[in-house]
Amino acid sequence: MSGQPASPTRRRLLMAAPLVVAGGVGVGFWRMLSGMTKGSFDPHDIHAPALNRPVPDFALPDQAPGQGFSAQDLRALKSPVLVNYFASWCIPCVAEMPVLNALKERLPIWGIAYKDKPEHALGFVQRAGNPYARIAADRDGLAAIDWGVSGVPETFLIGPGGVIRWHTASPITETMITNTIMPLADSLKP
Amino acid sequence: MKTHSLRHYGVIALLACLLFAPFVAMAVDDPSEMLPDPAQEQRAEAIGSQLRCLVCQNESIEDSSADLARDLRHVVREHVARGESNRQIMDWMVNRYGNFIRLKPPLTIGTLLLWVMPLLALCIGTGVAWWTFRRPRTVTPTPLTDEERRRLSDLTETR
Repeated sequence: MSGQPASPTRRRLLMAAPLVVAGGVGVGFWRMLSGMTKGSFDPHDIHAPALNRPVPDFALPDQAPGQGFSAQDLRALKSPVLVNYFASWCIPCVAEMPVLNALKERLPIWGIAYKDKPEHALGFVQRAGNPYARIAADRDGLAAIDWGVSGVPETFLIGPGGVIRWHTASPITETMITNTIMPLADSLKP
Repeated sequence: MKTHSLRHYGVIALLACLLFAPFVAMAVDDPSEMLPDPAQEQRAEAIGSQLRCLVCQNESIEDSSADLARDLRHVVREHVARGESNRQIMDWMVNRYGNFIRLKPPLTIGTLLLWVMPLLALCIGTGVAWWTFRRPRTVTPTPLTDEERRRLSDLTETR
């Protein structure tokens, strides 16, 4: 191109450039994929501005077999709870039920049934073995918008004083519990 | 006679389809969703077309038929009917879903690269073009080494 043959070092550098770029891209992808399996990276995650804010104002009625709750109930808490948005029509919610059932002894879980018929939500909870200490019904899904929920399942870790400390829009997994939820919940306990 | 009336029905059905086509295209599934005041409805549509559907992620809530999009359309219309400004409604949405809900990202530190990229690309492109097409420097070739000169004379002699 420039009329002068490229010097051997320059030629070697030019040959290495695509390899370096490909290597960089490879490392990037590898980090994303390993983050996805570890649960530290979620490409679908919407960075909820709710994090480290008090829970939004809401008051939701009972959903059988549980008792409903409001923002006041969460703000009055002295120890952490997990708030889990679910629905009987949601397949990933079915998948996370055994995990939630295994967790309920260590951390109280409060459920909110999202846009669900009362009888369907009741049937779902009974079939799943009810991991919830309390269950509220968000029938029109408007409280969910105040929480910044974009779909079910979505889960929030609420610290003392009703402050949202952690959030995920993916189904809860064992790894999430051991790596993130329990260490954080334990640090929030009085 | 019978076929005649059937054809009539066909024409009426076609007209009905054409009549309701605009509503279908806007994904406002139900005309009852719309505000009675056309000016307000137009404002609500303008706001909605700037809001990302969190379910389909690449569609606006006006275009999406997801449940959440319908709820958000409803919320936008409620706020518009209450007389809130576009800015207030946008802030309300961003407060809940973050800047991700805005289809047009605002200029912040995090989006700076995104916004200046066209300018940056133009500068880089100009730089590369200038570097490539500049007049080739007249370079004096490096003189032959003694070894090379000897080889050359060997070759020319055998010829």
